[in-house]
Amino acid sequence: MALLEVDDIVIRFGGVTAVAGVSFEVAEHQICGLIGPNGAGKTTTFNCISGIYRPNSGRVLFQGRDITGEPRHRMTGLGIGRTFQNLALFRSMTVRDNVLAGAHASGRSGFIASALNLPLVRREAQEAEARARELLALLNLERVAELPVAALPFGWQKRVEMARALISRPKLLLLDEPAGGLNHGEVDELAELLVDIRRNFDLSILLVEHHMSLVMRVSDKVAVLDFGKKIADGTPDEVRNDPEVIKAYLGAGDEHAQAA
Amino acid sequence: MSATKGLPADAAIGGLAAPAATPAWQRVLLVLLGLGAAIAPLFVLESFQLFQLTMAVIMALAVLGLNIVTGYNGQISLGHGAFFAVGAYCTAILMSHWDWSFWATLPVSAVVCTALGWGVGFPALRLGGLYLALTTFSLAVAVPQILKHKAIEDWTGGVQGLFLVKPDAPAGIPLTADQWMYVVTVIVAGVCFFLVWNLIRSRIGRALMATRDHPTAAEAMGMDIADLKTKAFAVSALITGIAGSLSAVAIEFVAPDSFTFGVSITLFVGMVVGGVASILGSLFGGLFVLFVPNIAEAISKAAPGVIYGVILIAFLFLLPDGFAGLLRRIAARLRGRG
Ligand SMILES: Nc1ncnc2c1ncn2[C@@H]1O[C@H](COP(=O)(O)OP(=O)(O)O)[C@@H](O)[C@H]1O
Ligand SMILES: [Mg+2]
Repeated sequence: MALLEVDDIVIRFGGVTAVAGVSFEVAEHQICGLIGPNGAGKTTTFNCISGIYRPNSGRVLFQGRDITGEPRHRMTGLGIGRTFQNLALFRSMTVRDNVLAGAHASGRSGFIASALNLPLVRREAQEAEARARELLALLNLERVAELPVAALPFGWQKRVEMARALISRPKLLLLDEPAGGLNHGEVDELAELLVDIRRNFDLSILLVEHHMSLVMRVSDKVAVLDFGKKIADGTPDEVRNDPEVIKAYLGAGDEHAQAA
Repeated sequence: MSATKGLPADAAIGGLAAPAATPAWQRVLLVLLGLGAAIAPLFVLESFQLFQLTMAVIMALAVLGLNIVTGYNGQISLGHGAFFAVGAYCTAILMSHWDWSFWATLPVSAVVCTALGWGVGFPALRLGGLYLALTTFSLAVAVPQILKHKAIEDWTGGVQGLFLVKPDAPAGIPLTADQWMYVVTVIVAGVCFFLVWNLIRSRIGRALMATRDHPTAAEAMGMDIADLKTKAFAVSALITGIAGSLSAVAIEFVAPDSFTFGVSITLFVGMVVGGVASILGSLFGGLFVLFVPNIAEAISKAAPGVIYGVILIAFLFLLPDGFAGLLRRIAARLRGRG
């Protein structure tokens, strides 16, 4: 059984059909790339999996369970973590508190227990803090842990988002254009990091990305969207040489076609 | 694992050192100083000054309540005077009609204000920013009129209001009623501040701030925004309502005209001057809104409002992030030197 099954989803905005019957699967431990020219429907598909949109038809299955239309705040608890295309950090908070906020779903204690600082609250806090320390170390953020997150450069903030997503121990990590805004060196670092994360965290990654060379380098499998439809699905090598894919990218006049 | 070593930005950020944690002895010293500052007025101040300080602590507690929902959770309330009034009336009605002891009225006041806060917080979910500000404002305007209403006049005493009597110090404690009222206020406020302090540094406090900073991301972290926001409103109303209860006994009188929308604005001013989203700042905010109008009146009998306005503007100009911001800067400087 695949970890994630996207089953024939259709999403319309008024008259526009952004996603017109897309199906694909992500297996356990797999890095799956989702690529396609601008406007192909990648972000819409991504938002459907993470619960932001409800599909007009079709289903999303996670670990065999239908999660279509599940409230957004349940997703982390189910084991689906995500980062955002444009940064979505808690700007007034420190780097450490941002990462700790990611552990919210693994806590149980409510208002009353927290106000009384009951032993359960302290136990949960210690656990979360220990994991935050590990992740801050892993992402090389220890030195800036107590700084307000807004004071960090863009590339660093992206790593904070990654740490925040990882602290909840997701089974599936959804990344929307993680390479956006990064320079060449940083994209190389990111590629290494993704491979490291998959090895160390026992998870799968769905990578929505414009940056073809990154996707081709780290993915086990790639699905290609164009005009809301899946036009190819396979290993990076298969997809790279698929005539439909080449046509779609050339047709869109996309400079990344060569990069692939 | 060294996936991120040697980023170009590494060098740029090297100079920003993380602030060190406060050492334990300093924290103990701060607590002792705080206790000393709380007890000293008992022996130093005259009866009337002590009463004023009692009222300042009560205002600080009310500001703390507002800070939970507006400062930490980002839901603007211009109507917290309503919760203050309801808390005050709960205590006043129970004490004057049924001779309840003050302590016994606190849980009732807490439950009523929590329920009311919940009731306001629920529709507030659908109202963002300025609309919420206006809605809560109209609540503050409505409350004094409701309190005057004929239908509940038998309970509330209508326009005349209700009189009640401060509790005496328990036998064996050699304190006057004013001194005992101060002690009661400091104990109740102290417990509330402590509980709120715990709440704010917990996962719930972090979730309140996260929801304020970025609701979409907060949801993706598993935070149930609707639940957090309504509960924040309820807790906030609870704290401000308890402050209202204290004020009723401290003043020994409640009347609708003591709870005009001006109270809500005063609380808002206290929050901003003290420091938005700051627990200690709430304490300074309470002192400010109680004492600065008196200072203004001492400077000019003819136009105290003008003087108050000038002092307020000067404060916001000199301390754009409130007393709390000033304290943070002083603390940072002391650490830098030490
Ligand atoms: N919220 C929306 N309202 C209306 N149309 C939208 C909305 N979001 C996306 N679309 C349209 O759906 C199509 C797919 O968009 P998107 O999923 O953002 O593509 P991609 O991420 O692959 O660039 C585009 O034609 C876009 O204009
Ligand atoms: Mg997109």
